Amino acid sequence: MDTENSNKAEPRHLRRITVIWIVLSVVGDLLYWFLVGPHTPPGRMTSSAVADQFDFNVLFVVAFPVIIGVWTYMLYAVVNWRSGKAGAPEPVGGPSATGNKRTEVSWIAITTFAVLCLAAFGIVELVVGQGSGGGEGPNPLWAFPGAIKADTAALAGTGTWTPNSNAVLPVQVIAQQWKFTYRYPTFGGFESPQLILPNNTRISFNVTSLDVIHSFWAYQLSVKADANPQINNVAFTKTQQLGNFTVRCDELCGIWHGAMFNYGKVVSQSAFMTWATKTEAANAQNTAILPAFAWTYVPDANGAAGGYYPDGSLTPYSSVETYGSKQPKS
Amino acid sequence: MTISAERPTVVEESNLVPPSSMGSTRTKGGGWLSQHVGTAIVLGFLGYIFGHWFGNYLSSGYTVVVNTGQNSIADLLALIFMVVGWLAGIGALNYPLAKIVGREPKEEVELTGWTRYFRFNLDHKVVGLQYVVGVLLFFFTGGLLAMAIRTELLSPTVHVFSADTYIKIVSEHGTIMMMMASSIIVGPLGNYFIPLMIGSRRMAYPRIEAFSLWTFVAGYFVIFSALPYGGFPTGWTGYAPLQTQAGPGMVSYLFGFAVISIGMMAAGFNLAITVVNYRAPGMTWSRIPVFVWGILSTAALLTLASPVLFAAGTFGLLDKTVQTAFYVTEHGGSSYLWENLFWFFGHPEVYIMALPGFGIVGEIIPVFCRKPLFAYRVAAAGMIGVALLSFFVWQHHIFQSGINPDMRPLFMLTTELISIPTGFIFLVGMGTLYRSKMRFEVPMLFCLAVYFNFLIGGISGVFLSDVPVNVTLHGGFFVLSHFHYTIMGGLVFAFMAGLYYWLPKMTGRMMNKKLGLWHFWTMFIFFNLTFFPMFFIGILGQPRRVFTYAQNLQTLNDISSVGEFLLGASLLIFVANLMWSMFISPEKAPANPWDSLGLEWQTANPIPLYNFERIPVIMTDPYHYSEENAPALADFGDERNVYASSSSTSGDDPAN
Repeated sequence: MDTENSNKAEPRHLRRITVIWIVLSVVGDLLYWFLVGPHTPPGRMTSSAVADQFDFNVLFVVAFPVIIGVWTYMLYAVVNWRSGKAGAPEPVGGPSATGNKRTEVSWIAITTFAVLCLAAFGIVELVVGQGSGGGEGPNPLWAFPGAIKADTAALAGTGTWTPNSNAVLPVQVIAQQWKFTYRYPTFGGFESPQLILPNNTRISFNVTSLDVIHSFWAYQLSVKADANPQINNVAFTKTQQLGNFTVRCDELCGIWHGAMFNYGKVVSQSAFMTWATKTEAANAQNTAILPAFAWTYVPDANGAAGGYYPDGSLTPYSSVETYGSKQPKS
Repeated sequence: MTISAERPTVVEESNLVPPSSMGSTRTKGGGWLSQHVGTAIVLGFLGYIFGHWFGNYLSSGYTVVVNTGQNSIADLLALIFMVVGWLAGIGALNYPLAKIVGREPKEEVELTGWTRYFRFNLDHKVVGLQYVVGVLLFFFTGGLLAMAIRTELLSPTVHVFSADTYIKIVSEHGTIMMMMASSIIVGPLGNYFIPLMIGSRRMAYPRIEAFSLWTFVAGYFVIFSALPYGGFPTGWTGYAPLQTQAGPGMVSYLFGFAVISIGMMAAGFNLAITVVNYRAPGMTWSRIPVFVWGILSTAALLTLASPVLFAAGTFGLLDKTVQTAFYVTEHGGSSYLWENLFWFFGHPEVYIMALPGFGIVGEIIPVFCRKPLFAYRVAAAGMIGVALLSFFVWQHHIFQSGINPDMRPLFMLTTELISIPTGFIFLVGMGTLYRSKMRFEVPMLFCLAVYFNFLIGGISGVFLSDVPVNVTLHGGFFVLSHFHYTIMGGLVFAFMAGLYYWLPKMTGRMMNKKLGLWHFWTMFIFFNLTFFPMFFIGILGQPRRVFTYAQNLQTLNDISSVGEFLLGASLLIFVANLMWSMFISPEKAPANPWDSLGLEWQTANPIPLYNFERIPVIMTDPYHYSEENAPALADFGDERNVYASSSSTSGDDPAN
């Protein structure tokens, strides 16, 4: 943060500012890291939450001294270098005040170095953390080992998941105006309004939409992936803690966007297995009339008005396109 | 970049004597029957009716919703003819139409009285003041909508507006404010002061300049026509499948942005060409004021980014009217096309809203510090760097959208790189403050506040650029707070600094200092009270544009809402000050109230139509504060050579 002309008289200014800055930064950073950091959202429920919390804290610890440095300098300047203050230095113009090569070069070098380090840190965290819970699109680059295979098997209807198998669990998130539903392809592809996940399990979320763009945001899981119609947006995380979490829609999707949320739960692997097999059996009748499990579902052109799950008597495309238009009789 | 290319210092004789008037000989005329705002409104109204009829005539069998009579083609044509009628009514089309049909255009009437502010006027000083009124109109309307939003968010459940009304208010607020912010400094202060600062008698294209203003105002009516049409539910970003699904208000949104983008292109094009070609002799690239660098880089962005917005809006309009499928995935289009086009415009747009503010603080701080601008070249390089990089960062808005992940590290890197040139602006400011002699006049306070606010805005941007952290922060109130800190805290505060600083020159009247101080302190405190809690609201998981939120966030939301109401009250103080100082109890401004060395202050008061009696020959840059034996700024062709005054003595004012 040394922006000052270090070759000026009265170098005490710089020394004072630097001392205040270092003290405040160190104290602030330590307090933050040990008192606030462990509680920073999104918490520690999944691998991506832990990583994102760590990243946030690292960024804060870097950012705080920058903010404090500029503020300290500004406050010091405002207090000491104002007109009317007794003993304040008279400003000196001329070439010496129009620039200082050393200051300029060191400022540019320091900021460039810091920025490049942060970018490198972010990239490493992104790659090492399997995309950090962010939606990676239909062809994810950074996946858990075995995740792509599990997804492919799930689509073919041959995927299985059992407790302690260490397999990746594929879950499909289907967003529509204005709710989320979830399909579990390894359990016969049943669809549920509840998102229940087994603990200590690597999950592959396959997010899609039936109408407009939504965003699947499982806050405590630190997973966020936009739900696009006819796109399978994949995000990965590994659950690490039991508990409830909130799912909110994070992309404006129309009138009831604000009311588009529900809650999910991470339960033990055996409890999940029990719930999943029970629900699969209970839903078997419904599952039979759902469209076959797929990564995306081609909607009827009528948007949210219906026809996404054609039962044979609905025409696939109606003659007009906009929401609210007349429906063919089913 | 060559910033030392010398301009010729030989002045052509023809430049020495001002022409008698601006391309016209008549100075009379212009009664109530000639063209003015009234005729524009009448023709705009008639155009609307005609367009609507014409659209229904052309596509009589088509309605959006069965049996409703809604017809997007009619809606769009109504708006198109409304804008054309408006422009024809104000007189913007007289000259081009006459040229098209091969007639010698009728000379524009040049007026001197107050009525010229209600007409198509080619004087950049008139246009600048017209723009002040225009942007304030946008700003206060958008501000009222913001208050409506914060009223709804006082409680975590629905309690004032229905979900439908709420989302329309949010969308209008965002769109209006974005339109306003893209012009708030470039329009009023850029148009007014660029010619004065570079020693020019006029803009390169006065007609295009006036056209940009009246197009901008037309955009205001177009975007408001969304409300009687039932509003639009997409927010200012207008994402595509929702856009396709939305009602006729969406046509107003798309066409509104198309209209505004035409105005932005015109304004940017004109300003850039003026700066490049109309600099006075001796006004080299290393001598132009830093505000001109700010406007030049902004103008480049306006010219290059706005066409993309225009194209994106046009595609959307085609989708909505003649059933193309640019953004309709199931018919072969892609919703990602809109996201990419929109943000390819949208990110440079963000810097269109930041760079003029950088220019203003760089311009004003030396005046009140009585010191030269520190590291002038770094400042210019910073602005150019920001402008260039701003075209390479747009995908950071759609990190989680499912775009190719392999681009993510690249866009994370470019986004973080842009903080380097932005940091230059801080270096320049802090270097200038060093051992200076600050005077805490109102403009200076606003400039210091820009540094305070923009620091928070900028640093929070680094958090957002980090993809892992972005997973939690994207689309939440953290983002909201971040860009309000940069746009409101940076740009609007800089605009206020510029207004308090330059209004004495523009109107010859001083703003009241006491009211100004009240305005500043209330605005600064309540701005932070409004937006700082939003960082926490966002981190704690509240998405944007929702009317319900978690119970535990009510306290923070209420603090923010109360802050916003008080912020509104603070802006009332500003309005009161404006009314008081300009109309009720005007106090005559000294010719150079801040002892600035800027060229714009060296013109006579009031500024003559042609700005400079004789084109000045510039000898040096305008930042020689506190310098012993400072060189003269410019040769004005008479005895008025202005010498940089040392320390704080009031400058020898040429106008006195």
